Amino acid sequence: MTDSAAHFDIDLNDEGLLRLIARGDWRARFLRPIDSALRDFADDSVGRDIIIDMTGVERLDTAGAMVLQRTFQACQSRTDKSQFVGAEEAHIELLEQIEHHLAPCHVEPQRRNAFLVMTERLGEGVANAWRATLELQSFIGKILASAFSLIFRPSHVRTRATVHHMEAAGLDALPIVGLMSFLIGAVIAFMGARILQLFNAEILTVQLVGISVLREFGVLLAAILVAGRSGSAFTAQIGSMKIREEIDAMRVLGLDPIEVLVLPRVFALIIMLPLLAFCAAMLGLTGGGLVAWLAMDIPPALFVAQMEETIGINNFWVGMIKAPFFAFIIAVIGCFQGMEVGGSAESLGQRTTLSVVQSLFLVIVIDAFFAMFFLEINY
Amino acid sequence: MTSVKNTDQNVIEVRGLRNQFGDHVVHDNLDLDVRRGEILGVVGGSGTGKSVLMRSIIGLKRPEEGNVSVFGENFYGADEQTRLGIERRWGVLFQGGALFSSMTVAQNIMAPIREHLHFEGELAKDMAALKISMVGLRAEAGANFPSELSGGMRKRAGLARALALDPELVFLDEPTAGLDPIGAAKFDELIVNLKETLGLTVFMVTHDLDTLHAACDRVAVLAEKRVIACGPLDEVRRTDHPWIQDYFSGPRGRAALAAKAS
Repeated sequence: MTDSAAHFDIDLNDEGLLRLIARGDWRARFLRPIDSALRDFADDSVGRDIIIDMTGVERLDTAGAMVLQRTFQACQSRTDKSQFVGAEEAHIELLEQIEHHLAPCHVEPQRRNAFLVMTERLGEGVANAWRATLELQSFIGKILASAFSLIFRPSHVRTRATVHHMEAAGLDALPIVGLMSFLIGAVIAFMGARILQLFNAEILTVQLVGISVLREFGVLLAAILVAGRSGSAFTAQIGSMKIREEIDAMRVLGLDPIEVLVLPRVFALIIMLPLLAFCAAMLGLTGGGLVAWLAMDIPPALFVAQMEETIGINNFWVGMIKAPFFAFIIAVIGCFQGMEVGGSAESLGQRTTLSVVQSLFLVIVIDAFFAMFFLEINY
Repeated sequence: MTSVKNTDQNVIEVRGLRNQFGDHVVHDNLDLDVRRGEILGVVGGSGTGKSVLMRSIIGLKRPEEGNVSVFGENFYGADEQTRLGIERRWGVLFQGGALFSSMTVAQNIMAPIREHLHFEGELAKDMAALKISMVGLRAEAGANFPSELSGGMRKRAGLARALALDPELVFLDEPTAGLDPIGAAKFDELIVNLKETLGLTVFMVTHDLDTLHAACDRVAVLAEKRVIACGPLDEVRRTDHPWIQDYFSGPRGRAALAAKAS
């Protein structure tokens, strides 16, 4: 047996019938070169009976049997003159097996009008956004009600879980939050110094760093990092519990998932984010002060004195008051999106992304509101 | 392949296999043969390493010790090219089907066809249609995404993908787990049917006593970190080992036997 690639010849037999003489190895890997020729042949020979001579076929698999059967069925007319001849027994069996499996299948869902699909998606998006807004509000309501009811039965407060989340979401975030705000403080000092130098007002760098870090950057950086780090973790934790039906199990055991899962996370963030924001602000000032000292020869003592003189303590309070609000919104969005996870791992991924995007968006929106508010009351 | 008639040849030979995770030894000095053209059922209690055995044969878990040879080639000693050649000659059905979720069923089946045979367009579609029909799925199912399918359909689609390249050897990991009894019986039938028409060799990990009776030519029992019995079902059932006795003579074992007899 010599292995040679599949090939075929076409011939007329004595009675003027078409004869397709197949030779060689008709396995899948050899079919690509001859497929289009076979198709052309079949297109030209529709309704003309055919005899397929398989004497020279050395090997055959389902793919080879499929193309032979396809050609055979395309040519075959209603008379039963068409036939396979000269095939080995095993090959005949295979051909018979394939015979009933030649119906074409659908490959992709049908495409619809692109404009319709687009408008449909837009409408769906709007409706979903509205529905999500309502659901988020009802979720917040549930959390507040649940938290309020805990006042009357303090033994139900999950201290251990709360402390665990305080460590995971707060303490463990300290190095990265500290480093980031230190660097941002330094960068602000550098940028400010460059420009203020033009006016011979380098000393105002102190105010620039002090006000921006205390009022905005400290708390904002802490919130952004916590949203990215812990908000997403909340979604992933609660979402994977949802997928494994743990949340349902809690419900049927009479445990309130809000009380067990959501409140400890909310409390933990509300306690820890102000502390993180405080550390961030202090390290931001340190970074700014260090740059002022090294690059502009403003010694630390002068830096502190200048701060005391020109920056009111109100700037510090403006920053700190925002922290618990940010914490609440990050924890709520994280847990809410976790609860919204459907059955699949794919939905877990989508929800985690959504959780980070939404909480960052809301943090910045709330920050803008606070900025306007404090501007109006001149604080 | 249908042209090979030699049934005594071993397709898989496992010798002195040792698998361990940390200190936990799963297999120790395990030997197993799978002969050409047979359906071998691998059974064993939970945690006896049935799936680990399968994974170490198909190269997903390198064993700590021992040899695995497939089609006469030492799998872990072979170079990349030989290994790829071996991998193209087998198909694997994972427990959940392991279909690619971003593709439709037909696209899933076309993926290996396009990758390895470089088929394009119509020919690849024809192949996918053939496999879909052979595993008993409707033609419309080709356009469905895996998430839209039931468990049984997903397994069939997974089998269709495993069969895409006309493998000589097929690995099935708990093919009937999670199917209702009717679906499971149909799946057994399908496997036997495919084995007979395509001349497949099948390595099947299973818990299902009915499948053992309906489909398997030989049964290998895993316990005590090795294969404690291997042979035709009747022979294995007579082995005097507590686990085997419990397994085959328990209420489910007797029910399956009765079902087979009737």
